Amino acid sequence: MSQMPQQAAPSKCPNCAEPVESGDLFCGACGYDLSVVPAPPQDHPTLTMTGPAAPGDGVDWPAPEPAGSGGTPPPVQAPADLPGTDSGGRPLHPQEPAAAGVRFDRPDEPEEYPLQAPDPRVSADAGAPEEPAQVCVACRAGRVDDDGYCENCGHAQPRERDHMERESGPVAAVSDRGLRHHRNEDAFAVGHTALPDGSPAVLAVVCDGVSSATRPDEASAAASQAAGDALLAALPRGTHPQTAMHEAIVAASQAVNALADEPDPAQEHGHQNAPACTIVGAVVTSGLLVVGWVGDSRAYWVPDDRSAPPARLTEDDSWAAQMVAAGLMNEAEAYADERAHAITGWLGADAYELEPHTASFKPDRPGAVVVCTDGLWNYAETAEEMGEVVPPDAAARPLHSARVLVGHALDGGGHDNVTVAVVPFPAPPQGAGSA
Amino acid sequence: MANFAKSTVPQFSVDVYQNEHLPEGGREVNAIVTVTATGGGTLGSAAGAPGHAPGRGPSAAVAIMVDCSGSMDYPPTKMRGARDATAAAVDALRDGTHFAVVGGTHVAKEVYPGGGRLAVADATTREQAKQALRRLSAGGGTAIGTWLRLADRLLSSADVAIRHGILLTDGRNEHEAPEELRAALDACAGRFTCDARGVGTDWEVKEVTGIASALLGTADIVADPAGLAADFTRMMETAMGKEVADVALRVWTPVGASIRFVKQVAPAVEDLTGRRTEAGPRAGDYPTGSWGDESRDYHLCVEVPAAGLGQEMLAARVSLVVPQPGGTARASEAERGGGSVHNLGAQGLVRAVWTDDMAASTAISPQVAHYTGQAELAQVIQKGLDLRKAGDFDGATAKLGRAVQLANASGNADTAKLLAKVVDVVDAAAGTVRLKTKVAEADEMTLETRSTKTVRVKK
Repeated sequence: MSQMPQQAAPSKCPNCAEPVESGDLFCGACGYDLSVVPAPPQDHPTLTMTGPAAPGDGVDWPAPEPAGSGGTPPPVQAPADLPGTDSGGRPLHPQEPAAAGVRFDRPDEPEEYPLQAPDPRVSADAGAPEEPAQVCVACRAGRVDDDGYCENCGHAQPRERDHMERESGPVAAVSDRGLRHHRNEDAFAVGHTALPDGSPAVLAVVCDGVSSATRPDEASAAASQAAGDALLAALPRGTHPQTAMHEAIVAASQAVNALADEPDPAQEHGHQNAPACTIVGAVVTSGLLVVGWVGDSRAYWVPDDRSAPPARLTEDDSWAAQMVAAGLMNEAEAYADERAHAITGWLGADAYELEPHTASFKPDRPGAVVVCTDGLWNYAETAEEMGEVVPPDAAARPLHSARVLVGHALDGGGHDNVTVAVVPFPAPPQGAGSA
Repeated sequence: MANFAKSTVPQFSVDVYQNEHLPEGGREVNAIVTVTATGGGTLGSAAGAPGHAPGRGPSAAVAIMVDCSGSMDYPPTKMRGARDATAAAVDALRDGTHFAVVGGTHVAKEVYPGGGRLAVADATTREQAKQALRRLSAGGGTAIGTWLRLADRLLSSADVAIRHGILLTDGRNEHEAPEELRAALDACAGRFTCDARGVGTDWEVKEVTGIASALLGTADIVADPAGLAADFTRMMETAMGKEVADVALRVWTPVGASIRFVKQVAPAVEDLTGRRTEAGPRAGDYPTGSWGDESRDYHLCVEVPAAGLGQEMLAARVSLVVPQPGGTARASEAERGGGSVHNLGAQGLVRAVWTDDMAASTAISPQVAHYTGQAELAQVIQKGLDLRKAGDFDGATAKLGRAVQLANASGNADTAKLLAKVVDVVDAAAGTVRLKTKVAEADEMTLETRSTKTVRVKK
């Protein structure tokens, strides 16, 4: 199942769900002041940070938490409240969020976790230790020169980024060059920290460099690093996770934009394309799941209880997704088109306009969030397919699960770089097992 | 040999232009390597440096070889033109440059200073040289090999950084066997560089271009003897601008790879493939002669063993060295097992990356495409003129039509102009031409001599 980002009206009163006409100032049923809700943009398949609070029908929503220290927290939005189609083209049923399997209500009393010692910064260089290669891995005869090539057979040596694994507290990520590309242009950041109230927060950011641009590998590295740093700095300050995610994507965008100013000696003159990449991130706290993205990297929700259906949490900035969102094509037609995977949003100096999408969820049961590049979801596109390949113990063994998922992509052909982060929900307290 | 340790050797830079993407199973890697030398010895900066004349650029020795065969008197303007041109060249000599003038017939004679020595240029020696030139007279045959051997003996008598010759002939090398000229060229190759000029229209284009090619100089036609003085002055100024001699393009290739060709493609086409000298494991040196502030392009074609999709390989590493056989231990890091070299620092990497992205692997680097066209242009002109001489007018029309098409497409305006004197162009884009019924011999020889001149890629 996938969530379409908010669509055109007929919208509902955010307070009582009574249908309202566009232009109404107050709800006819309950008198709710509708002016506090920005009119949803027409045919605009994006979620904005300042999206309306839109509780589901008949659900008793707890107060959003945690309250930000720096001001009013942004409203929480549940994608299941929005009309749309899933990736199979079937309409979603916003009236039946429970039937959709992911319930976004939580017990009124959020679970209390023991205080977690804050871990403000996770070393970005943990894992993937690089041994200075002395002998070529290809011919086992030649020495390796300063440029990373064998002086005998000329083969490029494995680079640090060809395969990376990292674990930070309860979150883990694995990135692999894949089988058909000569370098890994994906990058990721994972980390864990604590909110001001001491409850844990876990984050993962995954970026996919745009191959047609120059230095896509640098773009993805800069973006993931900047976004991860921004989240690790903002969350302990009490910034609402959704605000923090928005700001992190903006920070990532600025980091990528800055690369465009650097000259690139390796490139032919006149063929400069500003470095660019996609981004998807997830922040999990004890009760809240926030995702944010630009481009076609995705986040999936896979509950531990596999009797409940999994869900896709992001909506691609891709040509196909736009066609479907605009109602010009159905999903099958759109994805059959050769332009299907052309992305319409990215981070980079030549992006038209940065539109960070963020969304908040309140899953009603434990599970895992899979944050990945298209190198994985090309081999498990629908939420159901993803649910099938995610190991049952994903939340408890995130590193193992990320390896399994990368393996799934490599078994499928490994046509692209593949990067997977697995984030357990809810964020387990430090030292405790999975929730 | 010259000592470069403290000299004002220009800074070399290497830029590689290529499409590194190969399809699955692809083996041929093409790259254009642009070598640029800048910021060499400027006036004054070389003061006191070993091997340098005090106060001015690198030390140099120049030998001017003037054809004094009997035909130079028919018409007498040729001999007069040659004398004036040589005098102009002597005037263009930098103070302190070693020089000699050789008069060439079926034997080589020292015209100035004589005694198997070189003169050192100053006001006095220039005047003496010009006096000696007045005594030059025409008479005898033509044996260019002997001129070159004498020039080599004279040039090697001085310990200088740059050795250069200027050779003028007006006729065929009739008084020695072609093998003797070949042997003389082989003996002189790498010892000095030489520009060659043909005056009038009675000389053999392939002989003159062959001399320039073997000795890494330029070849041209001076159909009108009146134009000689300006041309000699230009040549001498270029020679005086050279700052480092005996530069070699060192190409490393991985095991299992073979070099299909190494060609200089700008400013003129010059195939260097056969001139490789081994320089350690998997590396070879290709001579490029001497360099001033200038830029040249090389087309490198390497065949590598195919690797799997997603693999990346270094197909070639290109660097610039001054090989110094018998030199002292100044071996650089790039040199592994070869003779002592002075590495000029710059290097370029030619890569191969196998991909299943058809758009990437089928793209042709614009530089490679351009110079492939320029090399073909030179070739079809040569073939077209050969066929025309052999009486195969259909074949000549086809080749020269293709040449017009290539010159037109690549913007090689100079060659296009020369072609237009040999053929009537009906449709340049389509390459439709008619052979002119009457072609001036000078025009045909000019086209043949200059057929290898290329233009660079439009930026």
